[in-house]
Amino acid sequence: MAGDTTAGIGQDGAALREPGLSEAEAIAAFPKRLKLETRHLDVYYDDFRAIKDVDLKIGANEITALIGPSGCGKSTYLRALNRMNDEIDGARTQGQVLLDGQDVYLPETDVVELRRRVGMVFQQPNPFPMSVYDNVAYGPRLRGRVSAGEADEIVESSLQQAGLWDEVKDKLRRSALDLSGGQQQRLCIARCLAVAPEVVLMDEPCSALDPTATFRIEELMLELKKSYTIVIVTHNMYQASRVSDRTGFFLLGELIEFDETPHIFEHPRDERTDAYVRGRFG
Amino acid sequence: MFLLLRLCTVAIVVPVLVVVYFVFIGGLPAISWEFLTQGPRNGMLEGGIMPAIVGTVYLVAGTMVIAVPLGVLAAVYLSEYARRGPLVRLIRLAITNLAGVPSVVYGLFGLGLFVLLLNFGQSLLAGCCTLALLVLPMVITASEEALRTVPDGIRHTSLALGATRWQTVRRVVLPNALPGIITGVILSVGRCAGETAPILFTCAAFYMPHLPGGIHDQVMALPYHVYALATQVPGAPPRLKWGTALVLLAFVMAVNGVAIAWRARLRRRRR
Repeated sequence: MAGDTTAGIGQDGAALREPGLSEAEAIAAFPKRLKLETRHLDVYYDDFRAIKDVDLKIGANEITALIGPSGCGKSTYLRALNRMNDEIDGARTQGQVLLDGQDVYLPETDVVELRRRVGMVFQQPNPFPMSVYDNVAYGPRLRGRVSAGEADEIVESSLQQAGLWDEVKDKLRRSALDLSGGQQQRLCIARCLAVAPEVVLMDEPCSALDPTATFRIEELMLELKKSYTIVIVTHNMYQASRVSDRTGFFLLGELIEFDETPHIFEHPRDERTDAYVRGRFG
Repeated sequence: MFLLLRLCTVAIVVPVLVVVYFVFIGGLPAISWEFLTQGPRNGMLEGGIMPAIVGTVYLVAGTMVIAVPLGVLAAVYLSEYARRGPLVRLIRLAITNLAGVPSVVYGLFGLGLFVLLLNFGQSLLAGCCTLALLVLPMVITASEEALRTVPDGIRHTSLALGATRWQTVRRVVLPNALPGIITGVILSVGRCAGETAPILFTCAAFYMPHLPGGIHDQVMALPYHVYALATQVPGAPPRLKWGTALVLLAFVMAVNGVAIAWRARLRRRRR
């Protein structure tokens, strides 16, 4: 169910190369297989320009981390990718978000379909007030009747992938709200995976969790990137450096720097990035 | 300060208890099997109030059948679909004002619109429609409040899973708002069971020897029966009035009790 989601993307690195870069630099700087890309992306809240002209390329089966101080627009950027900003009164988006080369902001886009392909895990663990089982089956059931057997299968495999199955297999009918915070967040990940997305957006998924639970989620992410493309917004630079392949640094709505994660943390090109990753502000 | 707050609370509770006390003292002697199961006899000087009980039950049920779906759907529109703007402000203003209109005006409006213009005649149907208008603002306001207490996170989560707006409303928002919506409905049941003015011109019968056979019949109703006994029937024994008032009170309390228990169960289940 999960394994085939990235098939058929295969754009090669050469096509993405920017003029002026050597081939080696181009390969280093940009993902080989592109999944998502934004071009000249602007997001406004009424008159406030929260995201300013952001160009970013997100590679398939990679973890892309977005870091930056509070209010820098990284969450807004993330929500632009599955059009969740549409739900916010007064929010407007300009520019392009290309998912497999298709602009998702075209008027003919089926937003419901887009959100099935680009799933999201939120900052607060937010299971629905229903059973563990019903939480995971929620997404699949939206598409129409699901037989009990199918649902059982999806629930089990999603919980397996989220590393939660062994802990909850005996309490599937219990309320999801009885789980611990870390379990709830993994349940939310399982619920997201049950829809069989191609991309998983994570908006500070560990900020409400303790270090042990955080560690489990990070392990899980490394496992999940084999099958999914992951974009994570995080406050925690160490988390970005531990799990991500590439990191983008946002400041006041601008993408200051985007590169492979070790580069960002060890040899940032921009002094603002340098100041931030050394913990001088933010 | 604490004492003052406590006194305020007492000042609210005491009149309620006094009213209940007097209604019980006055009404209890009248209550009998015969009183509850038979119609009035001998020019309303004897007998029971069964047709009025049945009439009130019909009126409340009919009103809820009209007002609850209409009110809840209107609240869903206002809270989940409408974008902020002048139209929504206008609708809200209208609802607030509607809630402040005296009930006798509803009665006259119902007479004009349902009884005469739409030619329903004086009937259960016209009465229910009128009462529905009366309680609609209450149902809408309470439902909207209840919908607003559902955290946005739940909506966004559902939408992010690929749910349509309607699926989100039906599967997670409404179930979570249900206890609050029920509260609004409880309040409106009490209101429409007790109102006299709106049914005065639209459906209430002074005396009917038989039960209403359909929605085009007039009905007797408890509050109107109290009013009739008190003002239109010279020499009616006071215990009949008190007894009728007691039955009305007990009916409203019973409905509220059932609804409160239901709400509590829903809340427990959602934990």
